[in-house]
Amino acid sequence: MALTEQRSAGLDVARVRRDFPILERTVEGKPLVYLDSAATSQKPNQVIDAEADFYRQHNANAHRGIYLLAEETTELYEQARTTLARFVGAPDPGTIVFTRGTTESTNLVAYAWGRKFLSEGDEILLSEMEHHSNIVPWQLAARDTGAVLRYLPLTDDGLLDLTDLGSLLTEKTKLLAITGMSNSLGTLPPVRELADAAHAVGALLLVDGAQLVPHVPVDVTELDCDFLTISGHKMLGPTASGGMYARRELLESMDPFLGGGHMIEEVFPDHSTWNAVPYKFEAGTMNIAQEVALAAAVDYLEGLGMDAVRAHEEEITAYAIERLQDAGARVFGPADVSVRGGAVSFWYHDVHPHDLATILNEEGVAVRAGHHCNQLVMRRFGVPATTRASFYVYNSNDEVDALVDALGKAEGMFG
Amino acid sequence: MALDDIYKEVILDHYKNPRNKRDMPDADRSAEQHNPLCGDEITVFVHEDGGTVRDVTFLGQGCSISQSSASMMTEAVAGKTREEVGELVGGFRGMMAGETEPDEDAFGELVALKGVVKYPVRVKCAVLSWDTLQEALGGQAEGAST
Repeated sequence: MALTEQRSAGLDVARVRRDFPILERTVEGKPLVYLDSAATSQKPNQVIDAEADFYRQHNANAHRGIYLLAEETTELYEQARTTLARFVGAPDPGTIVFTRGTTESTNLVAYAWGRKFLSEGDEILLSEMEHHSNIVPWQLAARDTGAVLRYLPLTDDGLLDLTDLGSLLTEKTKLLAITGMSNSLGTLPPVRELADAAHAVGALLLVDGAQLVPHVPVDVTELDCDFLTISGHKMLGPTASGGMYARRELLESMDPFLGGGHMIEEVFPDHSTWNAVPYKFEAGTMNIAQEVALAAAVDYLEGLGMDAVRAHEEEITAYAIERLQDAGARVFGPADVSVRGGAVSFWYHDVHPHDLATILNEEGVAVRAGHHCNQLVMRRFGVPATTRASFYVYNSNDEVDALVDALGKAEGMFG
Repeated sequence: MALDDIYKEVILDHYKNPRNKRDMPDADRSAEQHNPLCGDEITVFVHEDGGTVRDVTFLGQGCSISQSSASMMTEAVAGKTREEVGELVGGFRGMMAGETEPDEDAFGELVALKGVVKYPVRVKCAVLSWDTLQEALGGQAEGAST
């Protein structure tokens, strides 16, 4: 594929692509067209080098040794915390807890906050577009505490149906846990509006930031959320990097999650006291190198500018929806790119998504086929699975064209 | 890798025109399984007569590999004794695991599915209906784990 010097709204895509060595490889003899960034993003040299440099230059355990390498490691690790805090608009770096990502973060809240503060008859309000990782931890918490799960339904366009918000979000609701961006429909729910509604009834708001934080400028103060989960590997960082933001007073009041080294202050035979926030939640040796490299990913994204990232993705998403619909695909989720991101699920001419993905792979096009950990969404729209193309800073309209061309081959085979 | 390895003519034919894809209200045995990875579902119905599998039908939805495999299976096992069906299931599993070469006489069209072995994620699709048949017959299904 001839990669033109494409410059979309503020992003020089051809230049960005040069930072991602994996995009030079071929698949089945064709250039790789990577359209699965909602599953995990590719990594720029800056991130790969940051992780390698950490191991080559600094590696020690954080917060432990009294020697230079350990001090350097601790400083880099804490700098990463400050960097991530800045990225999500958290004024206090101590409100950032490092975790392996959004799944661990949600489980942390479901255990450390949920087991302590939920009781029989309390309600947790979710939506039908939640990823399984923002459903199952609450099912487990509900089972242990007697709390009840309720769900906000979806409109046919894949938006949250807020018609009955008043009867679903009540004095009984202790937590509203909602995605910041749907990983299958792309929908961007009105987070601030939901924060205000939740707080008005005394409920807390948890935002699943797995898809939101990598793609949209985020400021936790503006969103007024109580918890925000963050995935590092979906925002150019290494796997098992990430964390969460939580309001300090919540972190102070919550129980620990995992017990072990460094999360304690003092240990006695029959009890222990806890380290200060956020260390109370960071037991054992953490993903130090990965969080350090995540800071390099944040620096990279800030270098591009998150407004430019968002503008680029609106542009490519609009182009993809138009091309897919012209090719006869049923595209799920909102058509208006101002209320959606670049995860585009579709159903194409009754070719099963698994067959489509296999055929697209032969053309070098990597997409996701399946239920995307969104079985409630699949049931809502009456499909067993969808094919999903998802975009990021390195994707170009040329790659959308490659996707649509490859779909034509599938139709030729199965039509 | 070529698409011809996996999407052979016979597979597409069974996918587009599935054999024995119908309900069996008077089935002696039935079982239902799904592949949680992709949402594929299948129900297999068996009409048995004194230790012989007389008739097998299926219902469900899925990709071309799972549907064609089910269609071919219903034809391959009809009229066989339980023991013979057990051998065929074992042979099919061995072929899909890439461990054994299929007996082309016994397997017939099923040999076409051998190309799926090169696509490890899709092997589950091919084996789903066979697991379901085995469950219906009361055998130990290996299950479509993810």
